[in-house]
Amino acid sequence: MVQGLFTNYYETTAMIVFGIGFATLLLNKNIIKKIIGFNFMDTAIYLFLASKGYITGRLAPISFEGMNPTFENYINPIPAGLVLTGIVVSVSFSAFFLALAIRLYKAYNTLDLNEIIRLKNMEAEEE
Amino acid sequence: MFEGLINFVDGVSSADNTHKPSKKKVKKYHHHEKTITERLEDDVLNQKSDSFDKFYSVVAIIMAIIIIGSLLFTVSFLPSFGDPTNPANNIVSEKYIVEGVKDTHAINLVAGMILDYRAFDTLGESTVLFIAASAVIILLFANKTKKEHEAEEKEEQKYENKNDPILRHGALLIVPAILVYGIYVVLNGHISPGGGFSGGAIMGAAIILYNLAFGDKSTSEFFSFKIYKRIIISALMFYAISKSYSFYTGANQIHSIIPKGVPGNILSSGLILPLNICVGIVVCCTMFGFYSLFDREEI
Repeated sequence: MVQGLFTNYYETTAMIVFGIGFATLLLNKNIIKKIIGFNFMDTAIYLFLASKGYITGRLAPISFEGMNPTFENYINPIPAGLVLTGIVVSVSFSAFFLALAIRLYKAYNTLDLNEIIRLKNMEAEEE
Repeated sequence: MFEGLINFVDGVSSADNTHKPSKKKVKKYHHHEKTITERLEDDVLNQKSDSFDKFYSVVAIIMAIIIIGSLLFTVSFLPSFGDPTNPANNIVSEKYIVEGVKDTHAINLVAGMILDYRAFDTLGESTVLFIAASAVIILLFANKTKKEHEAEEKEEQKYENKNDPILRHGALLIVPAILVYGIYVVLNGHISPGGGFSGGAIMGAAIILYNLAFGDKSTSEFFSFKIYKRIIISALMFYAISKSYSFYTGANQIHSIIPKGVPGNILSSGLILPLNICVGIVVCCTMFGFYSLFDREEI
């Protein structure tokens, strides 16, 4: 088992980074730090996909032989397209989350989730 | 239809005013940094919530460790890294590599894949970017009056020197170079590494640097909210219409009037070059839009 982890060291790193991102997402009370954890997880997925597409000794999928490229010369192009999609979605979601965080800060003057829940409870009690 | 879409975005941004938190609400909550005595009191009084916090963090760490462990256990059984006989390198990637250039006339096989075989996927990606920008506009756009504008500008001048000569001259040198490089990356998307997404991001960075150096007024001369809407919507519409035509003729085996050209030339590979330009424009506008909305709540 340990042998497998060392031969697939890119995938191992990706999974550890994913776990760190997940722990960041769960443990921090600050919303900005939660978003940072989310981005950690995205990055780990890109690393995993890119490493699954790589083949030792082959080149990036840009044909240098003109019209008739041979299969044995290039790495797998499909993970590259998937990573592209992932990056776009991650950028969009980060921007959306950050905009929501700004609105929360404007309403409550804090980014701490516990504090926001406390203020919300206070408001309910007053009513 | 075109005007309708523009009006739709207009309406979305102006309808925002009713949902904004009223100023009373903002005054109601006043978060302040706790002093040490207050923290001590909190700790003594809220021992229950404190123990819950500890329990929560312990459970969270255990869950994260379980997830890492199960993922690593799975990784140890994966086929080894960089092996050409891996199951991922199957008939699909062989088809894309061997017949990609013949079908699409694009030297960059990834560009041929995402903008020809799977072009609707990329249309979805650009639409995701557009929708994210629209959502951020809904959440953050503030319809400021002229008085508020002037007051804000005065406030800003206190804190930053808008006439910083080093920044201005540096930007004057660098911005055209970055813009030209971004355009190069977009236009060469089908024959070299790059394409609409990366080139658009580079162009957006150039416009952000221009905005930082020369202020909002000189940027809004060529990039206002009106221009933003028109450019981004026409780029998306052109993408959708041209690709629909290409899919319609391709699926029904009708002769397409779009010439394919010689692979390796700039003007080649049919629709990939215009589609790259469209994606680049959308990404550039969205990047600058995000920056501008987060910085001063308008475009």
